[in-house]
Amino acid sequence: MSAYNQSRKNIILVIFVAILAVIAMRLFYLQVIEKKYRLLATEQAVQRKVVYPTRGIIYDRQGKAVVNNDALYDLMVTPREVKQMDTAYFCELLGIDTADFRKKLHRAVVRNGWVRQSVFAPLLPKDVYGRLQENIYQFPGFDLVERPVRHYPYHCGGNIWGLIGEVDSSIIKRSNYFYQAGDFVGITGLERTYEPVLMGQRGIHYVVRDVHNRVMGSYDHGKYDTAAIAGKNLRLALDIDLQQFGEKLLQNKVGSIVAIDPKTGGILAMVSSPAYDPNSLTGSDRGNNYMELLRDPGKPLFNRAIQAMYPPGSTFKPLDALVALDEGVITPAYGIHCVGFYYGCGRVLHCTEHWPGHSKNLETAIAYSCNSYFFDVFRKIIDHAGNVAQGLTQWKNYMNAFGLGHTLGIDIPGESSGNIPDTSHYDQIFGTGHWNSCTIISCGIGQGEILETPLQIANGVCLIANHGYYYTPHFVKSIDGDTTLLAPFHKKHVVTRIPDTMYRTVVAGMAQVVAHGTGRFVQVPGVEMCGKTGTAQNPHGKDHSLFEAFAPRTNPRIAIAVVVENAGYGATYAAPIASLMVEKYLNDTIAAGPRTALKERMINTVILPDYLMKDLKKNKQEQDSVKKVAVALKDKKRQPRKAYAVNQHP
Amino acid sequence: MKDRNTTLTKGLDWPLIYLYILLVLIGLLSIYAVEHRENENFVYALTHFSRNFSQQLKWAGISGVLALIILLIDSKFFTATANLFYVFGILLLLVVLVVGRDIKGSHSWLVVGGFQFQPAEFTKLCTLLALSKYLSNVDVDFTRFRSRLIASAIILLPLAVILLQDETGLALVYFSFFLVLYREGLPGILLVIGFSLIVLVLSALLVDKVLLFIIFTAITALVIYFMRKQIARKRSALAVILLVWGFCALFVMVVVPFTFTHVLKPYQVSRINVMLGKEVSRGADYNVMQSKIAIGSGGWLGKGYLKGTQTRFDFVPEQSTDFIFCTIGEDFGFAGSLVLILIYVLLLIRIIQVAERQRSSFSRIYAYGVACVLFFHVAINIGMTVGLAPVIGIPLPMISYGGSSLITFTMLFFIMVRLDADRQMLLR
Repeated sequence: MSAYNQSRKNIILVIFVAILAVIAMRLFYLQVIEKKYRLLATEQAVQRKVVYPTRGIIYDRQGKAVVNNDALYDLMVTPREVKQMDTAYFCELLGIDTADFRKKLHRAVVRNGWVRQSVFAPLLPKDVYGRLQENIYQFPGFDLVERPVRHYPYHCGGNIWGLIGEVDSSIIKRSNYFYQAGDFVGITGLERTYEPVLMGQRGIHYVVRDVHNRVMGSYDHGKYDTAAIAGKNLRLALDIDLQQFGEKLLQNKVGSIVAIDPKTGGILAMVSSPAYDPNSLTGSDRGNNYMELLRDPGKPLFNRAIQAMYPPGSTFKPLDALVALDEGVITPAYGIHCVGFYYGCGRVLHCTEHWPGHSKNLETAIAYSCNSYFFDVFRKIIDHAGNVAQGLTQWKNYMNAFGLGHTLGIDIPGESSGNIPDTSHYDQIFGTGHWNSCTIISCGIGQGEILETPLQIANGVCLIANHGYYYTPHFVKSIDGDTTLLAPFHKKHVVTRIPDTMYRTVVAGMAQVVAHGTGRFVQVPGVEMCGKTGTAQNPHGKDHSLFEAFAPRTNPRIAIAVVVENAGYGATYAAPIASLMVEKYLNDTIAAGPRTALKERMINTVILPDYLMKDLKKNKQEQDSVKKVAVALKDKKRQPRKAYAVNQHP
Repeated sequence: MKDRNTTLTKGLDWPLIYLYILLVLIGLLSIYAVEHRENENFVYALTHFSRNFSQQLKWAGISGVLALIILLIDSKFFTATANLFYVFGILLLLVVLVVGRDIKGSHSWLVVGGFQFQPAEFTKLCTLLALSKYLSNVDVDFTRFRSRLIASAIILLPLAVILLQDETGLALVYFSFFLVLYREGLPGILLVIGFSLIVLVLSALLVDKVLLFIIFTAITALVIYFMRKQIARKRSALAVILLVWGFCALFVMVVVPFTFTHVLKPYQVSRINVMLGKEVSRGADYNVMQSKIAIGSGGWLGKGYLKGTQTRFDFVPEQSTDFIFCTIGEDFGFAGSLVLILIYVLLLIRIIQVAERQRSSFSRIYAYGVACVLFFHVAINIGMTVGLAPVIGIPLPMISYGGSSLITFTMLFFIMVRLDADRQMLLR
């Protein structure tokens, strides 16, 4: 027995140590040499989560939040976890039927598979969320996930703020994959222009998760996490009360109002009518509502203030006068004798005034908007150089310097450039040398080829109010913690050469417009307003009613342009609306008595083109019939509840 | 000098006891780490009895008491009752066959008053006692075939019953006792044959049958060529060689495939295949893959105690029991793993030193048995966590969570310590 003693003891020990040594070597390989397991572990247990910052809030000039954030909820579903439940009750809470339910569930499976969570119903209305939230525990597999959306407390200015929406592949590609599918991004309006500051900085959060994908806490005590930085807030020059008031004044009319603070170029209000409530584009119905807005013949998504181009009509005359004075073709005392006609070009051109003396000098010609006077002045401008082409080019250069014929560079996208005709245009139509100042004479009174956006008209008023300079019109006064984006709006655009005295003359004429001229019915109590009416002929029907103004005369605080489409004389609608806006802004309220009556009258006036009137009536009928059908359907839906088991899948 | 205290501690081998306590503590800390969640402290784990940690703490306490009792018992008690233990153990195993409970895929658990208990663990002790008793009998001549057969039968009887209970892992542990028989004089050739059989099985599984047959035939032809002089001298040598060739061929062509298709359960086949890298089936592979990821992610020094992500968040299945080693591998890295293996090596060396200093064969054989069982558990358990051994579900001694396992090892261990304390006595 003991013969085996030592050798066998040693053999057994060698076997023990050898096999354990093999295991130790294997451990060395797994833990030290092979790196893949470390990566696999991180991949499995550590999840990179993007933390979305809250979007910047937009405040108006008084610090009122006009665009802020609200939370709506998406109803999410993980199809695999959907178990037997009271489907009928669930559908009732959600307001759908069981066929819908099955369809939505099916769609979720097709899109994202059985295991991943996908949206079952997006952006639930608040009441549905409330009902569902109390009962969500009864419906395994369903979950409510918060989703930040924009909220607009004042229900106006949709075209200014713009929309945010999910990024599409082209945006993702353009952003060099900075944005990822599912991200939200500003698509139009301020949301788009100021996207870089509004979006903030996304944070990255590393969390540890367990085998069931449940988050168990932060990875390594958050050592590698970066915090999300909230978007920067925008502070606008806009006055939200004025904006709301403007939208109200233009309701049931087609047109636009642009009000600018001439000292800074900050936009006080920008109305485009018909308007819409931007809140209709945030909730669960936003898809349908958006389609409806697109289909609306009144084109509410079309921002008339910067995109529509109108012949400026007589509102153009002050600018003509400035050019004439500066070129020295007339003096302020220059007058003509007009009895209602202009014969200078061998044909009869009409003037709205015919009493003698209404064009005895520049001031009265502006005050009574004498067409004959400005035909004459325009011809002088074009002809004084000796050569029409040269004259027109010179005139065009002035206009371009006044901000016409090109985009101004406002801080929302989609601006139109308007139109100032040049020689090549007329050469093309009439042939070189075959046109003269008489051919293009309608330009003298803001008709013909001249087109301006309401924004450009308002900007022109700023120029006159400031006696020779303007700032690019813009909404954003300041951004919390950022200055670089606003640099272009702090640049003064000075129209050189024209002396101050010439502006004084034009301003005096515009003051007379309101004092006793074409705009004498719209005086604002306690304020000396300078304005100019315009009645623009257009090929689309009745004349457009235009008015431009600034006030007070000394030290102006507001410059405004109003266009009411197909409303006739400038003095009848555009001028009262502009005066009400000025009064509201400068006096904060509308004076009692005739002014309030005027306000009510303006608000209640309906001036819609025929196609919109028809549509308005038809819509009303349709809505009534839809309501009837809805009621009928609702009655039909009240069937006995029936439990229905969803197919279970492992 | 001769008060009670000194009698109890007299002759005790303290290094063994220290190593035992160290391993139990490592076990407790590992189990705590598995269940640890952020924002929870030690007190929480301690006071929540549903936790494995506090359960294991309870079992450790019971083990301590049991160890004291064993140290108070006279050594002669164990020689006297060894056969009784064995009979009792076999009866218990048979009882389990009838009234046992199915837990984790094996029919090997007894549930008594809320306690789950696995007799197959306990019968290791009974078998070892009976084996020691039989081999240390002066009338037994272990060079005789009959004695070897009886000794083998003592080992194989419980093994067979446990196999019937579908507890393959624990059944395989009994094979480690053959190493004891080798120490006591079983010819080394048998070990070699056993090892060769394992190689044959493995090659039968890994290599194509026909190719294997060709290889065997080629080797046989070569052997015949090189031994042609001996064969010429002695004809029977050729017969032996051809017999071996025939056996090998039959074994790989018929026996192994038959066993795999008709004897073993599909999950067992799958586990073996996974270990051999032949199969990447999701279910069977998953455990080993997760275990490797956990251990592999530890690196040189590990992620730090309680910092592991894989073992704490349920990625590794059976983390507290069969795969407890992953926690050490992930939290303490290669350094920690190596230290643990070295502790086991020290323990094994110490046990064999202790075994060799015994006067009585009973104590020596028993100590060798303890060493072999411990070694088998450690090698297979760690081997399966690193993908070197099939996943047969046997615990890591003193460390894995589980009352049956800890108590059995405590009893095995302290009976050895008790016997060693009386090493000058001649036990029969």
